[in-house]
Amino acid sequence: MSAVEDVVTEAPAVEAVPKRAMTLGTGTSLVVLAALLIAPVFVKNFIIFQMTMLLIYGLAVLALNILTGGSGQFSLGQSAFYAVGAYTTAVLMEHFNVNYALTLPIAGVVCFAFGFLFGQPALRLSGVYLALATFALATAMPQLLKLNFLEHWTGGVQGLVVTKPDAPFGLPMSQDMWLYYFTLVVTIAIYIFAVNLLRSRSGRAFMAIRDNEIAASAMGVDVALYKTLAFGVSAAITGIAGSLGAIAVQFVAPDSYTITLAISLFLGMVVGGVGWLPGSIVGAAFIIFVPNIAEGISKGLSGAVFGVLLFLVIYLVPHGARQVAILGQQLAGKLRKN
Amino acid sequence: MPAVTGKFAAASLALALIATSASTASAQKKYDTGATDTEIKIGNIMPYSGPASAYGIIGRTEAAYFKKINDEGGINGRKINFISYDDAYSPPKTVEQARKLVESDEVLLIFNSLGTPPNSAIQKYMNSKKVPQLFVATGATKWNDPQNFPWTMGWQPNYQSETQIYAKYILKEMPNAKIAVLFQNDDYGKDYLKGLKDGLGSKATNMIVAEESYETSEPTIDNHIVKLKATGADVFVNITTPKFAAQAIKKNAEIGWKPTHFLNNVSASVGSVIKPAGFENAQGIISAAYLKDTTDTQWANDAGMKAFLDFMTKYFPEGDKTDGGTIVGYGVAQTLVQVLKNCGDELTRANVMKQAASLKDFRTEVLLPGIKINTSPTDFAPISSLQLQRFKGERWELFGDVINAEAGG
Repeated sequence: MSAVEDVVTEAPAVEAVPKRAMTLGTGTSLVVLAALLIAPVFVKNFIIFQMTMLLIYGLAVLALNILTGGSGQFSLGQSAFYAVGAYTTAVLMEHFNVNYALTLPIAGVVCFAFGFLFGQPALRLSGVYLALATFALATAMPQLLKLNFLEHWTGGVQGLVVTKPDAPFGLPMSQDMWLYYFTLVVTIAIYIFAVNLLRSRSGRAFMAIRDNEIAASAMGVDVALYKTLAFGVSAAITGIAGSLGAIAVQFVAPDSYTITLAISLFLGMVVGGVGWLPGSIVGAAFIIFVPNIAEGISKGLSGAVFGVLLFLVIYLVPHGARQVAILGQQLAGKLRKN
Repeated sequence: MPAVTGKFAAASLALALIATSASTASAQKKYDTGATDTEIKIGNIMPYSGPASAYGIIGRTEAAYFKKINDEGGINGRKINFISYDDAYSPPKTVEQARKLVESDEVLLIFNSLGTPPNSAIQKYMNSKKVPQLFVATGATKWNDPQNFPWTMGWQPNYQSETQIYAKYILKEMPNAKIAVLFQNDDYGKDYLKGLKDGLGSKATNMIVAEESYETSEPTIDNHIVKLKATGADVFVNITTPKFAAQAIKKNAEIGWKPTHFLNNVSASVGSVIKPAGFENAQGIISAAYLKDTTDTQWANDAGMKAFLDFMTKYFPEGDKTDGGTIVGYGVAQTLVQVLKNCGDELTRANVMKQAASLKDFRTEVLLPGIKINTSPTDFAPISSLQLQRFKGERWELFGDVINAEAGG
């Protein structure tokens, strides 16, 4: 048994990413931020809605990136945390008339606790075994939401309809635009938090565990604490993404949070570049838009077309968007020299 | 429309009226987004991929039927532009696709979107946008709620009406029956059960001696059948999906339990349920139907069935004729075409709902004889009658009259 585990844990599951390479430079960040701020003024509400979903999935991918890219732990159970966040918001808003903005921190706290507790048993597992344990969580979640004694709150299979908030203070903007800016503010706050977290003492502890658990514990890092903490933080951010998702989509149902969502998020992380935080948005764009493109190419074979596109990405740029960004940087550097 | 063009149109219209007094019909033309002189844009959302992808054939049949309509000249000279998207049966994706259809493709209406959770997800949006969510492909009873959701309408008989019909029959034929119910533990099963209880009324508590529920995750429901037999019930109401229905029929025969067996319409397919369960085990089972079954030999010379088969051969040769989905898609598409014809040149969203809510004795050729589609501003349940059928030999035999059951939402 131990021999098998050794083989699995020997090869580092996640390649070491230096912490500076995890973020964007200030200039690029400002350009992206400006684009995100201005874009909604020029597009239709539907596009704004898609951009909101992009930010929301981006947050969820970011959360997984902290867990996998930061602390080297796998999770296929992110959909479960996303569901808990979404349901927390939906139940609070519809049954208790809590303001939508207040439900976000509550969802975050609930999911942090949930993730932290789940991290305890997960401590004994690593690599593929941990992935499988989280996979079980993701498969169980939709059924748990349908349980009879919870049905009074969750609405069972019928789900819950959530009311979309209007812009406050009589601001002259549509519900979609308001929600977009609201989501953008939350996303930026969490992004800054995530960047600072990974640059802090805790972040260094995460990465030390990722790179070599034994060495990390020899240096005095409390491996158990930091591993569960990574789970907790990741779950909290995913939960907040789930809450925002519930408000944007205006509906929660168990069928929305199946294992497919967890796999999509995982896919988004890989495509965006494991351990590269800005890649989260690119990964989110991939999981939202590429299925639509695939459907546009062939309706009957949309799954196959998606598979081919995914294969191309993995084959040509195995490190995802990060690789593309590095290539771009090198190219820009060369041009500057000339 | 800008005021200037409006005035100009009015002026030219006046000129036209002077020139030819016969062309008054053109003065009535009114359009909402999605309709023009040459085209009607119709949106649709189907699970072409994902867990419910078997139903995707309904959308493909509809696309083929609209192609047929277009080849024959369209509706009042307008071609149908049918835009169908995949939501993989995932409600958040349904919301995205519905918004894409309404806000980006600018369709006149969304037609026959499939599944209870996906339709629940977009119901509020569609009603706040005042865009018709017409003839949704789900049997849940809640779509018949014109007061709260005047832009949403179902099509097929809802689950509650079906069990109400069984209840009526039981009360009449076997007033002292002891009823055992097996149902799937979800909205579909519970909807059916509610209909049965409503139909039995005050006698429900005495007559129903056992209610067993099962989860779709269970590999077999044999143990439930054994338990139900032990209650000594003489009527068995079987509310299960095809795989479990076949198991139940088989197990009943194995353990020698011979109650009067009511099988829900969801699992009445000869090809996918009765045949695998064994014809000899299914004799005497009672069910209810509203559509003709392609595998049923009694329709071999039926004109409506022939028209359907011709359509399938010419426009959708790769589709499976024996799949119930093709016949549903054909029937519901015909109903929409009728509604759009009735709209005439006033293709506004409000008029579409008005016409959809004023169908009188409309029949598509694939409905059972005697079943008619009737709607009114207070009745958003197009098909609300069914006919009972009993399994004999290798096919269903219809018996009794067409029974009407109105179940509110």
